[in-house]
Amino acid sequence: MKALLIEFLRSLRQSAQDLLPIVVVITFFQLVVLRLPVPQVGQIFAGALLVLFGLTLFVQGLKMALFPLGEDMAYSFVKRGNLWLLLLFAFTLGFGTTVAEPALIAIADEAAQIASNGGVIATNQEAMDDYALGLRLVVALAVGFAILIGVIRILKGWPVQYLIIGGYIGVVVITGFAPPEIIGIAYDSGGVTTSTVTVPLVAALGIGLANSIRGRDPLVDGFGLIAFASLTPMIFVMAYGIII
Amino acid sequence: MEALIHFGHTTLGLLKDVLPIAGILIGFQVLILRRPINNPASVFIGMIFVLLGLAMFLEGLELALFPLGRLMAQQLTLPSFIFGITDGPIPAFSWTDYMWVYFFAAAIGFATTVAEPALIAVAIKANQVSGGTVTVNGLRLAVAVGVAIGVALGTFRIVTGTPLHWYIVVGYVVVIIQTMVAPRAIIPLAYDSGGVTTSTVTVPLVAALGLGLAETIPGRSALLDGFGLIAFASLFPMITVMAYAQISAWLTKRAHQDFIETEAEPEAAEEKLQKSQN
Repeated sequence: MKALLIEFLRSLRQSAQDLLPIVVVITFFQLVVLRLPVPQVGQIFAGALLVLFGLTLFVQGLKMALFPLGEDMAYSFVKRGNLWLLLLFAFTLGFGTTVAEPALIAIADEAAQIASNGGVIATNQEAMDDYALGLRLVVALAVGFAILIGVIRILKGWPVQYLIIGGYIGVVVITGFAPPEIIGIAYDSGGVTTSTVTVPLVAALGIGLANSIRGRDPLVDGFGLIAFASLTPMIFVMAYGIII
Repeated sequence: MEALIHFGHTTLGLLKDVLPIAGILIGFQVLILRRPINNPASVFIGMIFVLLGLAMFLEGLELALFPLGRLMAQQLTLPSFIFGITDGPIPAFSWTDYMWVYFFAAAIGFATTVAEPALIAVAIKANQVSGGTVTVNGLRLAVAVGVAIGVALGTFRIVTGTPLHWYIVVGYVVVIIQTMVAPRAIIPLAYDSGGVTTSTVTVPLVAALGLGLAETIPGRSALLDGFGLIAFASLFPMITVMAYAQISAWLTKRAHQDFIETEAEPEAAEEKLQKSQN
């Protein structure tokens, strides 16, 4: 119990260190550059305490749940030796974590509004809902596909750079054909897919796989899944924009 | 009371985010692989920690950081702050008028990236699997410097109105060249750190800065220029993380060479030392 408390205090101090730069930057600009008083000191103090304890709890939970879960799954799949099952899992994990992502839902609704104003789709609620749902499914498909390809890459030991550079060339080429109003949304959708819960899980899965397959180095082969997951949505969303 | 209800809403929203993930994991582990979960109690408590921790984190940001940061981004870009005028059209300006904006962009990009939870996760993992070669704070600093450069350059681009694709294409060319010469082991990690940075803490503040700038400078589109900053923030960490690996590899090599020199030819090394002292 005492060891747990010491551990907690230690990670609390680490979180305080992590948050210190923000406090310094905000205080400096508010007091020195803008020369304004800090408004609502009480509320800001309460918020800062919440951020501090929240970050500490999150990092603790990361080590207790998300990391071991991701790695255990990877070991289990390699032990089971069924490739199709692993690929099904990879796709489901990418698709399932993305389709319900709140940031994606917000962006999809915004995109539907823009498309409706731009006359791409009919200006009624039904058409907008259809468009937003279609966009969410396309992004989720893209992330599922990315994790799938990324897992195949780890199994095969392909170097990550060929796939990524190839992907970026794909992005540049398809940008030339995509309707202009979709491009901003497409580039944004690459960033929103990698949420704070998904990233640790996917990283642990990749490293677990690379660890349990002979001849794979966890550093060289285990990372790269997140890079795929932020690349494919750009291509898929622009393709969606071209088709619609 | 109202705050408590708001907190409940945030937790509920996160629960919706986490439930599908938990469902997929448990479904595969228990139903398809038919293997029990190791330490189920610890995993369960850990999941609660993740959920509660994130809810508190987001709620706290919403209370403390976001309102003040957004207001600050607006005030720093106001003509009254930059030119000291309260109304009337903006006079002809040069990019140097916006010095404080670039400085703020770099500082806030750096500070928010250091606090980014997803980056902490990736850094902890990278440290574990690299056997300590990649340090947790080293990686995070490298990424944070990348975001700082990226966002500062992004605000410079909005002020000058130069086309986004020039910067991005040049950036990708640099990434490709570095990919060819950087230590092979760092490349996947460098690519991943590009995707991780644009997350919970950084995006809202950086987007507010872009919007503030794009709205006050004539001829800029808020929609286009707000998103340009995020693209910068995910490009530059790749460059700085690879540079970090290149520099540390170079330092190790140099230290190693010095060591060989002093060991193999003590006299020559001593002579060299004396020369450098004179």
